[in-house]
Amino acid sequence: MSSPPRNWHIAVGMAWGFSMTAARTVVASALLALAIWQGAVWATGLPRFILPGPLLVAETIWKSRALLAEHALVTIGEVLIGFVLGAVLGGISAIGLAASQTARVLVRPILVFSQAIPVFALAPILTLWFGYGLGSKVAMALLIIYFPVTSSFFDALMRTPPDWLGLSKVMGGSPARVMWHIRIPAALPGFATGLRLAAVYAPIGAIIGEWVGASKGLGYLMLLANGRAKTDLMFAAVIVLALFTVLFHAAVGKLVTRMLEGGGPR
Amino acid sequence: MSTSPSLHLRGSATIDGAPVFRDVHLEVPAGRWTCLLGSSGVGKSTILRLFAGLDTGISFEGEFGASDGPLNGRVALMAQDDLLLPWLSVQGNILLGARLRGHTPDSARANRVLDRVGLRDKSASKPADLSGGQRQRVALARTLMEDRPVVLLDEPFSALDARTRAMMQDLAAELLVGRTVLLVTHDPAEAARLGHSIKVMTETGLRNVTPPDGTVPRPVSDVQVLTVQAGLLEMLRETSPCTP
Repeated sequence: MSSPPRNWHIAVGMAWGFSMTAARTVVASALLALAIWQGAVWATGLPRFILPGPLLVAETIWKSRALLAEHALVTIGEVLIGFVLGAVLGGISAIGLAASQTARVLVRPILVFSQAIPVFALAPILTLWFGYGLGSKVAMALLIIYFPVTSSFFDALMRTPPDWLGLSKVMGGSPARVMWHIRIPAALPGFATGLRLAAVYAPIGAIIGEWVGASKGLGYLMLLANGRAKTDLMFAAVIVLALFTVLFHAAVGKLVTRMLEGGGPR
Repeated sequence: MSTSPSLHLRGSATIDGAPVFRDVHLEVPAGRWTCLLGSSGVGKSTILRLFAGLDTGISFEGEFGASDGPLNGRVALMAQDDLLLPWLSVQGNILLGARLRGHTPDSARANRVLDRVGLRDKSASKPADLSGGQRQRVALARTLMEDRPVVLLDEPFSALDARTRAMMQDLAAELLVGRTVLLVTHDPAEAARLGHSIKVMTETGLRNVTPPDGTVPRPVSDVQVLTVQAGLLEMLRETSPCTP
């Protein structure tokens, strides 16, 4: 008989632990990146409206902090709502697909085909349907994370160790209870993988949505700054977005680690 | 626990047309330990899975069942792998069956069962914090918790060290008394200690071996037990000439 993963808890514990050494490494590589950036500015001698240096961008971030914060909050709101909705819908879809053979036969080809459509191509349609406000950006973020969440959770749900399923069959468990007590908790690491990916993808979705049509948000601010040759402000918006994405990814990482340690439903 | 039935199986099994075993006729007496020995790949576990109602991946021709009707819902299974769920506590694991059937988990009874396997103080521990022997005791507790008249054991002690294995054999023999137990094992010593009835499965059928005298679990150092053990080993060696 094949063994279920015995080192499950260890994998979980290792997944997202920050140590002081790791923090120092992050700071060191950030400094290196800034040095390369500044070096490129000096070496090429490009004008500041083409390539602003890190000091100028830092100055812009500080000076325009109110403006950046206002637009960042809009984008963050879109990302968070899209992420939660995408995670919930993706989770439900994966469980539905794993539970029902009929659903797999009927729905999976649609899901796979839908992945052949670049989400970017849908952005104008979503703007048409959901308007210039929050709705179309949430829809973009949701769409872009739905598939990774669904597929990584679904794959994990279909890989329940067969011996656990055999044991639960001998015990006389109903399919729904076996799903709840065994298959879902055993598949949580897969769900976690999907959520970590989603944390990085969701901001991309929101920004695309803002590029296509918006009056607020970091994506809108980037276009605005670009149109007025305020390259330093554009860089500032990019950096704020990147910082948020990194923090969001780390927060989601912490959250799923706690979810895994807690061991899911009982 | 209702009165334990006897089990029987008669037939042949093939996998993709190639025979796994042929004309096996197995009788498992009620309320006793039956040990099924044989080399790997001879189909011992297949028989166990048939009784458990699990997919075997083979085609079986013949019939099998219990003396008093369908086996469905009257079987408990314990394998070499403890199959404990790593995210559940010891108590959560032994209450798994009740939860899967939608019954109210009986924590008081779970604690009594844990007492019997000597793990009451580990009730809240996770499987990863236990030793191999302790995990197998939890698996035994889960099997007892199921309270089924038929218990199927698939080499449950083979991954344990010699001392722990002997302790587990004693404990299992004590706690499963009165149930119909079918134990699949590679270990002649285990069969000689535990079997009220000992069968060696070969490619040409089943051979019955007279078990040693004495009550189960028999002492490891008993001369008769050792003689039967040696005889079983001889038989295994001649029925499946090994090519190292």
